[in-house]
Amino acid sequence: MSDPRLPAAYLQPGVSSFADFLAAQAPDLLPARRAVPPGNAGDLAPHGTTIVAATFPGGVVMAGDRRATMGNIIAQRDIEKVFPADEFSAVGIAGTAGLAVEMVRLFQTELEHYEKIEGTTLSMDGKANRLAALIRGNLGMAMQGLAVVPLFAGYDLAADQGRIFSYDVTGGRYEETAFHSVGSGSLFARGALKKLYRDDLSAEDCVTVVVQALYDAADDDSATGGPDLARRIFPVVQVITADGGRRMADDDVAAIADRVVAGRMVRPDGPAAPLTGPTTGSTTGGDAR
Amino acid sequence: MSTPFYVSPEQLMKDRADFARKGIARGRSVVAVQYADGVLFVSENPSQALHKVSEIYDRIAFAAVGRYNEFENLRIAGVRLADMRGYAYDRRDVTGRGLANAYAQTLGTIFSSGGEKPYEVEIFVAEIGDEAAADQVYRLTYDGQVADEHGYAVMGGAADAVTAHLKEHYRSGAALEEALKTAVAALGHTETEDRVIAVDDLEVAVLDRTRSQPRKFSRLAPARLETLLGGRGETSPSQVHPDPEPPAADPEPPVAPPIS
Repeated sequence: MSDPRLPAAYLQPGVSSFADFLAAQAPDLLPARRAVPPGNAGDLAPHGTTIVAATFPGGVVMAGDRRATMGNIIAQRDIEKVFPADEFSAVGIAGTAGLAVEMVRLFQTELEHYEKIEGTTLSMDGKANRLAALIRGNLGMAMQGLAVVPLFAGYDLAADQGRIFSYDVTGGRYEETAFHSVGSGSLFARGALKKLYRDDLSAEDCVTVVVQALYDAADDDSATGGPDLARRIFPVVQVITADGGRRMADDDVAAIADRVVAGRMVRPDGPAAPLTGPTTGSTTGGDAR
Repeated sequence: MSTPFYVSPEQLMKDRADFARKGIARGRSVVAVQYADGVLFVSENPSQALHKVSEIYDRIAFAAVGRYNEFENLRIAGVRLADMRGYAYDRRDVTGRGLANAYAQTLGTIFSSGGEKPYEVEIFVAEIGDEAAADQVYRLTYDGQVADEHGYAVMGGAADAVTAHLKEHYRSGAALEEALKTAVAALGHTETEDRVIAVDDLEVAVLDRTRSQPRKFSRLAPARLETLLGGRGETSPSQVHPDPEPPAADPEPPVAPPIS
């Protein structure tokens, strides 16, 4: 029977980071603190694949496909890889699925813990940096094939805009403009985003763009799952605006995905972009006119 | 050589209890009221930064009176305990009863150990369930006693006068607006007069089971309070001297009675 009293360390003022507190009090619960024998462990566990995010005026959208793979096997067809991190941000993770889910849980607790202890939320950059610190701690595992690569997006209330951050396995943090994608199908998704993205999209059009991008990723990358029409499994989509984040209802995503698929029945490669864009205008994205 | 005085255990505990009670009565009251959608906390607290009522977890809130540094320590420990448990097990495994027990054991040990001064705090731990019947409010006193409160509860300051007013006017199953009005009126009530407390001097928070997010705790901003309270007449300044947070240091630091 353990002591029912609060341990002395809990009553000590100081750290407002849950991850730091966990490292001191129960290090075995940290996702990155595992002894993995030498060698490549990458084939042991399922991998999550493509995540895309794009901003629109007044918010940001993040979406992930639903497939997890183990080598040539589809480990799961309805896995969720995009999660709300707090009220105004979301995190999507490509890489080793088990570690990724654990890291998201730690990150969610980290943000909530800070908010409760300090009585105020972290800044958008503060959140992005905390996630970088968690990824940095995982470098040893990444070198043995258990890499976790997140994409972080949220609405910055101070700057009044949606923002996207990408990471590398060493914990490097890079802010992206307009849109970004990570995971095995990200090259194809990014190609699609380049052609489809405009900077005056509405929230719903922005969701259509990311669903198109995921379709293109699934088209050319075997590890990314496309819309599963037979089982009605569609991407997980988080939409974040100044009013907070919400997961788009499955029926709404299904309606958009059905339209995208219907379009592909006519032109399997998706909407055609004009050969020459406008010669003036903004530097990101094309022009809707 | 000085001969140590003999102090009977009864006297020793009584002295420590008196000391703690005096510290708690120095501040202002906090009221917890159960209403239709959850639990409402109201306190008179002009500070926007130093909270008396705070969130612990999804369905659990914490309110305290007494010495700020002491209850702030307890609050942080509670947040750590809850987050640790929720992370190691699951969010549903964090319970108000578990937290109240940890607080009770901690306060009880500090109170009866001779070396430390007792904590001058009193605490509410409230947890809401899926329906009003499952709501819980625990009161924890400086000596580690736990009481299960029903309907309404008051601690700190002139608790007796406020309780008397609530006893007369409280109605169970009331909506938020009515519960808030009753609680604020009770806080302003003394034996001699009924004050109208300015909206900016109120700290109000709820555990509201109708919120769509898993985290049910929310603070009510002054603008919202203004709408809920409506016209209440002229506000009158507080009779109590400026807020006791942190309480003015005693000229002599408190010393526990000698032990022999």
